[in-house]
Amino acid sequence: MQVPASFAYERASSVRDALDLLRRHGPDARPIAGGHSLLPMMKLRLAEPTVLVDLGGLAELAGVAIEGTNIRFGAMTRHADVLASPVVAEHLPILVDAERVIADPLVRNRGTVGGSLCQADPSEDLSAAFSALRASVVISGTNGDRVVAVRDFHRGPYETAVAHDELVTDVLVPIRPRTGSAYAKVERRAGDWAVAAAGAVLTLDGDRIADAGIGLAAVGATHFVAVEAEESLRGAPATPASFTTAGALAAEHVRPVADQRGPVDYKRHLVEVLVTRTLTRAAARARGEA
Amino acid sequence: MEGVRPPEEWIRAAAETPRGYGAMKRKEDARFVRGRGRYVDDVVLPGMLHGAVLRSPLAHARIVAIDTSAAEAHPRVRAVITGETLAVLGLAWMPTLMQDTQAVLATDKVRFQGQEVAFVVADDHYAARDALDLIDVEYEPLPPTIDARRALEPDAPVVRDDQEGRTDNHVFDWSSGDAAATDAVFAEAAARPDQQVIGADVLYPRVHPAPLETCGAVADMDPVTGKLTLWTTTQAPHAHRTIYAMVAGLPEHKIRVVSPDIGGGFGNKVGIYPGYVCAIVASIVTGVPVKWMEDRSENLMSTSFARDYHMRGEVAVTADGRLRAVRVHVLADHGAFNATAQPTAFPAGFFGVFTGSYDLEAAHCAVTGVYTHKAPGGVAYACSFRITEAVYLIERLVDVVAHDLGMDPAELRRRNLLRPDQFPYRSATGWEYDSGDYPHTLQVALEKAGYDELRREQAELWRRHAAGEDVPLRGIGLSFFTEAVGAGPRRTMDILGLGMADGAELRVHPTGKAVLRVSCQSQGQGHETTFAQVVAAELGISPDDVEVVHGDTDQTPFGLGTYGSRSTPVSGAATAIVARKVRERAKIVAAAMMEAELEDLEWRHGSWAVRGVEGASRTLAEIALAAHSDLELPEGVEGHLDATTVYNPPNLTYPCGAYVCVVDVDPGTGEVHVRRFVAVDDCGVRINPMIVEGQVHGGLADGVGMALMQSIAFDLEGNCLGGSFMDYLLPTALECPSWELGETVTPSPHHPIGAKGVGESATVGSPPAVVNAVIDALSPYGVRHADMPLTPAAVWRAMQGRPLRTDLAIS
Repeated sequence: MQVPASFAYERASSVRDALDLLRRHGPDARPIAGGHSLLPMMKLRLAEPTVLVDLGGLAELAGVAIEGTNIRFGAMTRHADVLASPVVAEHLPILVDAERVIADPLVRNRGTVGGSLCQADPSEDLSAAFSALRASVVISGTNGDRVVAVRDFHRGPYETAVAHDELVTDVLVPIRPRTGSAYAKVERRAGDWAVAAAGAVLTLDGDRIADAGIGLAAVGATHFVAVEAEESLRGAPATPASFTTAGALAAEHVRPVADQRGPVDYKRHLVEVLVTRTLTRAAARARGEA
Repeated sequence: MEGVRPPEEWIRAAAETPRGYGAMKRKEDARFVRGRGRYVDDVVLPGMLHGAVLRSPLAHARIVAIDTSAAEAHPRVRAVITGETLAVLGLAWMPTLMQDTQAVLATDKVRFQGQEVAFVVADDHYAARDALDLIDVEYEPLPPTIDARRALEPDAPVVRDDQEGRTDNHVFDWSSGDAAATDAVFAEAAARPDQQVIGADVLYPRVHPAPLETCGAVADMDPVTGKLTLWTTTQAPHAHRTIYAMVAGLPEHKIRVVSPDIGGGFGNKVGIYPGYVCAIVASIVTGVPVKWMEDRSENLMSTSFARDYHMRGEVAVTADGRLRAVRVHVLADHGAFNATAQPTAFPAGFFGVFTGSYDLEAAHCAVTGVYTHKAPGGVAYACSFRITEAVYLIERLVDVVAHDLGMDPAELRRRNLLRPDQFPYRSATGWEYDSGDYPHTLQVALEKAGYDELRREQAELWRRHAAGEDVPLRGIGLSFFTEAVGAGPRRTMDILGLGMADGAELRVHPTGKAVLRVSCQSQGQGHETTFAQVVAAELGISPDDVEVVHGDTDQTPFGLGTYGSRSTPVSGAATAIVARKVRERAKIVAAAMMEAELEDLEWRHGSWAVRGVEGASRTLAEIALAAHSDLELPEGVEGHLDATTVYNPPNLTYPCGAYVCVVDVDPGTGEVHVRRFVAVDDCGVRINPMIVEGQVHGGLADGVGMALMQSIAFDLEGNCLGGSFMDYLLPTALECPSWELGETVTPSPHHPIGAKGVGESATVGSPPAVVNAVIDALSPYGVRHADMPLTPAAVWRAMQGRPLRTDLAIS
């Protein structure tokens, strides 16, 4: 059995309490949500936090709800709850697509929205999906809340805008009319990290594309997005040709690295295929066809 | 849901227990489903300490110094053992099952990433693990030999420079078949216009059995009695006991090896690992019991891998698809130590059956083994001693021939399969196949799959794909395999001089309940049920009245253990024979009881009866009681009914099967979806069909895993790229279709109950079916071969005509 190094454990009773604990124990303390990334890293001794601050009791941070023009996701909302949410099903099919292929049911029962974003794994599906959706992230500290666009949230692999004594409390996704979205991932096996994944959000204005968001995971896309491809779509006709062009542009600008999931040329090819496919599906959904 | 309803006979089995053969629920499952199994890690002894192994981070390095002082100063550490400690005891190196040597703890050098360097003994597992980080090892890194294909080059770093005078990485050359006769056929085929030679390079990558339970041991050396009790994850408790006696100089009667409930073996638990030896030494040193259980990464990185065969196969074939001869060259990567587990006279295992299920004029193979700076092992993962590699090669080659000739692969097989009238069949490499009706078995599988209709569907999808429609590429793959299991006849098969015969003892209590003691051991195969059913069938009692004892060398007769699908062919035969001995003793007692002559008695399933005399009949229970009573016993029975036997198999048994796999390949992404899998197995007489089907299910999942996702590759620094379940992927229910099983029954003519082994059949037979299906799907792209695992990337690269090399890091 793989066992972690010794650590202290604190259970937070409120967001305020959690922030106090994190501040008091310093930068070697780590908050733990679902723990499905942190605990394996601790067992492999890739992470050796001195204190774990358990957020599991913070019911105030769980839940999905419409608030004005946004959908608000509490940071402690479990993947399984996102997948089961009627609000998500109605407005954000990209998240339904993504959640269906995130890990497995056991992980989805424990893993959280906030934990996924804060882990900032370059292969993280929700980072790509929320980036495509142009979500924003609410970060709480002892001095109050601040809101960061998700496209500014990730500072690099496993690095985010969250300081050691701050917590992500919410993710906000704007609701847009005439919008469709989709997500697709290629993996070697269910539960494996993505070889490559793409998410697309399309807002239509008649036959034209009013706005587009494209998120990419596992392929070295800066801030998990394909800005050049998005730009090419804005104002373009919602046709297969536009989607193919966008796919090729996205593939051109990613910087994947070779690993046992695949060589660079294959990952680049997947970006092209998956971006084209998700754009096609997103457009169909925006038109109410799928 | 219709698809998940179990077969009718299973439902009936829940309600009734058969007397003898038939589906019945496994007796052992009562404790497993209640969480009451007892595995090695469940063994807790008073005062027990915990060990952990420090492993090398490098594939090749000289050990300059090891400083253990900080670890020894840890308040909960009791001892730190290094190679130097062991060298004093003469235990720094140990013999392997292939008469090589293997370092227990490294002294001079480390030779693979993950090699054992030191052993910490502490009050608990956490402290032992923490203390590993306190050991300071100074390494001088050296360039490693990683690529097996370059291991024999003159400038390749020499792995085994511990062996005096060694200047290369050559382990052995082994060949089988008639080279001259084979070359003659090939020369003729190459020269004639109506014949040709077709070949392919085929890699069976390194894979790992990855049993759910990792390896471990609890060693308890009693300082007063001098007796060592070792609870350990072993598939061969008796063989291990004898080897410990030979290696460590401990008297064999003072060693008790207990293999309790075992969570899967698949060959991973045949060999002796350094951790076991360290636990024993630690118990001797500390005077208290010591437990060592490796973790998942240790299991994947250091224990017996499987395969790693780089094969070149050629077929001489006529234009109308008659296979004449097969010629094979193999480069076998054995890692740093030749520690494969197989009959000693067979350095390439049973690879000699590479002629498969076909009638050939001639065949020859040459196998060269090489050392590399990788973990040792080689024969594991339900491979039937390399028959997996042999079957994969020939079944892949047959499909390559079909591709090149433009023939249907089913028809090509039909033209070349052995005919029923050819059995017993002596193959071109000298194996005597006992029985089979191959064309029938193939036909059953093709009909079950609806083969002709599948081909029509495929043609339609290919047509639509060519027209630019967004449809998957459909592929249909066949394999027909012949297994050779039940090692084996002691005149030719032994492990380190121990003949591969199995003992059995059967004791019948006064009330007619029986205890069977067998030498083999279960890692999940259901022996407690199957062997009870064999006794029950022979004695006419309920399987519930037969207790099967196994896995404890103090309680069971000697035998070589459970691997290579040998339990039913060997121990199962011993069980039937010992039960028949009991039945014959009961006959003598029954004759005395009824004052009848022996020749007037007849066996009426459970009773001896006097022929033609109404009511003159005694049940086995009545006879057993009499055998223990004051009844005056006749000549030939001293008392009781108990019997013992040793079974020396006259030949291997040769199960076979025909498999059909149907896949869809996404032409855009290369993803493979296994739609259907039809498996028709012929394993002779089925004792418990439910257990047989369960074993087939497991092996089919293994096959999907190996074909599509599993492999342990290395980068050129020797880093293992499959050292965790994040990297070494096991298939899940989502990758497996609902298996469609069928059977034909051709009894083994030489086995007492006509049974053949089946535990590894599906692992042997399914990878080629899956791969053949994928390659078939890609035939519109001109693909004729690509190596496992056929990950999406490997499939896409094959479609581009730039196949991946799957044994090395992808670059």
